[in-house]
Amino acid sequence: MMDGTDESNLLNSPTKNNGGTMEISSPNPLAPTANTNGSGSATSPDSSSSAPVTPAALGENSLHVEISDALSEKEKVKFTVHTRTTLPGFTKKDNNVVRQHEEFVWLHDRIEENEDYAGYIIPPCPPRPDFDASREKLQRLGEGEGNMTKEEFKKMKSELEAEYLATFKKTVAMHEVFLRRLASHPVFRIDQHLKVFLEYDQDLCAKPRKKMAIFGGFVKSLGKTTDEILLSATVRDVNDFFENELQFLTEYHGHLREAATRTEKMTQRHKDVGYSHQKISNALTQLSTTEKGNVETFVAKAAEVFERIKNLETRVASDQDLKLGDTLRYYQRDSNAAKALLIRRLRCLAAYETANRNLEKARSKNKDVHAPLEVQEAETAQVEACEKFESMSACGKEELIGFRNRRVAAFKKSLVELSDLEIKHAKSQYDYLRQSLLALKEIA
Amino acid sequence: MEVETTTPEHNREFADVDINNGSASGASDEEEVPAPGSVTLEHENDLFVSAMTPSEVHRRISASNLEEVLTDDGDYFIQIVISDPQKVGDGMSSYLAYKVTTKTNIPKFKRTEFSTLRRFSDFLGIHDLLVNKYLRMGRIIPPAPSKNIIGSTKVKMSPQQTEPGTPINQEWVEVRRAALERFVHRTAQHPVLRVDLDFINFLESDQELPRAVNTSALSGAGVIRLFNRVGETVNKITYKMDENDPWFDDKITEVENLDANLQKLSSALKSLVSSRRELSVLTGLVAKSAAMLSTCEEHTGLSRALSNLADVEEKIELLRSEQANSDFYILAEFIKDYLGLFGAIKCIFHERVKAFQNWQYAQMQLSKRRENRGRFELANRVDKLDQAQQEVEEWQGKVQRCQQQFDDISSEIKREMERFELSRVKDFKANIIKYIEVQMAHQQQIISYWEAFAPFAREIV
Repeated sequence: MMDGTDESNLLNSPTKNNGGTMEISSPNPLAPTANTNGSGSATSPDSSSSAPVTPAALGENSLHVEISDALSEKEKVKFTVHTRTTLPGFTKKDNNVVRQHEEFVWLHDRIEENEDYAGYIIPPCPPRPDFDASREKLQRLGEGEGNMTKEEFKKMKSELEAEYLATFKKTVAMHEVFLRRLASHPVFRIDQHLKVFLEYDQDLCAKPRKKMAIFGGFVKSLGKTTDEILLSATVRDVNDFFENELQFLTEYHGHLREAATRTEKMTQRHKDVGYSHQKISNALTQLSTTEKGNVETFVAKAAEVFERIKNLETRVASDQDLKLGDTLRYYQRDSNAAKALLIRRLRCLAAYETANRNLEKARSKNKDVHAPLEVQEAETAQVEACEKFESMSACGKEELIGFRNRRVAAFKKSLVELSDLEIKHAKSQYDYLRQSLLALKEIA
Repeated sequence: MEVETTTPEHNREFADVDINNGSASGASDEEEVPAPGSVTLEHENDLFVSAMTPSEVHRRISASNLEEVLTDDGDYFIQIVISDPQKVGDGMSSYLAYKVTTKTNIPKFKRTEFSTLRRFSDFLGIHDLLVNKYLRMGRIIPPAPSKNIIGSTKVKMSPQQTEPGTPINQEWVEVRRAALERFVHRTAQHPVLRVDLDFINFLESDQELPRAVNTSALSGAGVIRLFNRVGETVNKITYKMDENDPWFDDKITEVENLDANLQKLSSALKSLVSSRRELSVLTGLVAKSAAMLSTCEEHTGLSRALSNLADVEEKIELLRSEQANSDFYILAEFIKDYLGLFGAIKCIFHERVKAFQNWQYAQMQLSKRRENRGRFELANRVDKLDQAQQEVEEWQGKVQRCQQQFDDISSEIKREMERFELSRVKDFKANIIKYIEVQMAHQQQIISYWEAFAPFAREIV
């Protein structure tokens, strides 16, 4: 376990910049709780990989990866990646390394650019840790300190901390899911870059992308999209399965993206509804001080009810975000990865067709010559391209079926959990309201 | 206005003063709290009787028991429903008229059940009439809903004759209808206002009421009113009367505090209503997205589950908007009404200050006249002495009347506040309880929606 004293920077800096007088105790209250041990709070859309974490002996050829600890330091989050393995290539059976988000990106990019993996769906890169929202709210809290009572301020602060913690946990979980998917994949688990990532105890020199690089990436992705359009327009697929899949995935990805954004907006607004309940509760508490006798008790009780409703509503919102929103977001990225596979396959198909044409050309050019070198070269190239395409198609088909199964299973899991949680929350709110009603009637 | 029978001991307690309804089933309310002020109220009774114009109405109130002062008087009830907003006329000169239906057994009304058509300005008109008649006596007149030129213009400009077209307009009309109903209801709860001749006429008469000239916000009268109000505000700020009744000192602070706290509550409620409305819209969008995903999804089980999810979210969209409505009508509008009532209370406090000023002025004049008389006496000017004596007597009478007025309004305010406090507390409790009951129903609906959905999620193979 790491010392978490540095973490307070993250929470303190924005208010300091602002000249606010807010104090957040240091060491930060987040520190002891900020470490996550794998599963638990966060969703893991890849259910196959979330095997229980036990220090029990590992089987033959197993690779177990988890993020045992994480701490946020200014702008960065440092993840402690804990590996336990019996794979032959590894020097240590049990190892810890400290990695940052950029190194995860680095690993993802290395795997994505590897030609050999063209036929596989590359597990999507975890999203960049984003604490901007929390930070912004914290700043607003600092600004609004003057017009709040001490208790309100305290409540707000602890709430923000809880929110920050939730985002933090989620970030950790997303990064862990990425590693777990790699570790459980038959091919990726023996990848050299993964091994380096898990074993090398130094910085991987994965510099955060500079502005130019981001711009370059933008140009590249622009090129990619035009490429996609061109490919899908020019290359005629021989295989209906893939053609349908591409069409489906393109459309599906779009809908997922929209659904994810909308769900996020919805849960966000739902949290605002919760926050309004808090404001009402605060106002009622103040009101109770100007009331007398049993009215005071009544109003105070009403304030309590509103605060509780706020807690319940906020929980509903965050569970919706966790179950529905996160699943949608994850499969938005995963479907994009699957789409990338199909584009790579199309490119491969295009290369195959070019090889065919080249062979034709070579043959017609060298009709009179007997078995010339040129034709032979073209033939081998054509055979290679064909093989590559065939194997890629076979592999891709399997991966796509895998994607589909994974998706359906994950959606089922989250939808079941979502409905269970919704029912649970609504029931507990109902029960609470009923009790409060009795209590209030008694006071009245 | 339901009347519940009270506990027997409670009745007995007031039996001796209860001249109006001797029956045991007498007046009561859901409130069974023997209010803290009941004692003061009783020994002030004789003062009231002598102070007030000896109309029957007044005597009934002053001698009646606490519950009567509260809201209902005994076996009498009055129920007023405002319904069927309808547009009359066309264009800018058109207006909305509402059907006002009354059921009552108060003998002052000619019939027990009747209805009439009234337009918005009629409501403002009756409010103004009541204010002119009763404000100076120190009665709390429930404020009428405020004018909203933009909203009403929109309704006026909407094409349909009878049914204001767009949902926004419908909503706006409903908000106003509900506000008018609450206003009339509050007025009808007041034991004096409810039997005011103008109010009875307002409810009963089939005739159109004379157009109230003062109500238009843009008219010259409106501007004059505005100036008057500014003047009064300045007066309120600048004039500080030296209070000799600690009750008023306390009450004024209390009202100020309550008002400030309710302001906060009101703004918090407003933000709840708007967040919840937005949440409803956003939930609808999620429902649409889920439906799109479902049509696109190739796996049949998942597709079915998603389409059911879309259904659930759609239902929840409606539910959220219902929740927003209950936030709005049960809480936000309710608190807003009370802010208006506190405004009315401040007005009567101010009326009392004015009465005090008058009294002080009269006293000043009186002492001046006395001085004059003294001077004449010293100078032995018999010719002027008579007149001076007359003036002194005249001002003595004025002082007496002003003091009487001041005492009257002071005691009337105390009684009004008593009544107001009780009904405020009762209203507040009732509304909170109603709100929670509605919320419970909403949660139950949520449970049933998701329970219907759950099997589809589990069925995905």
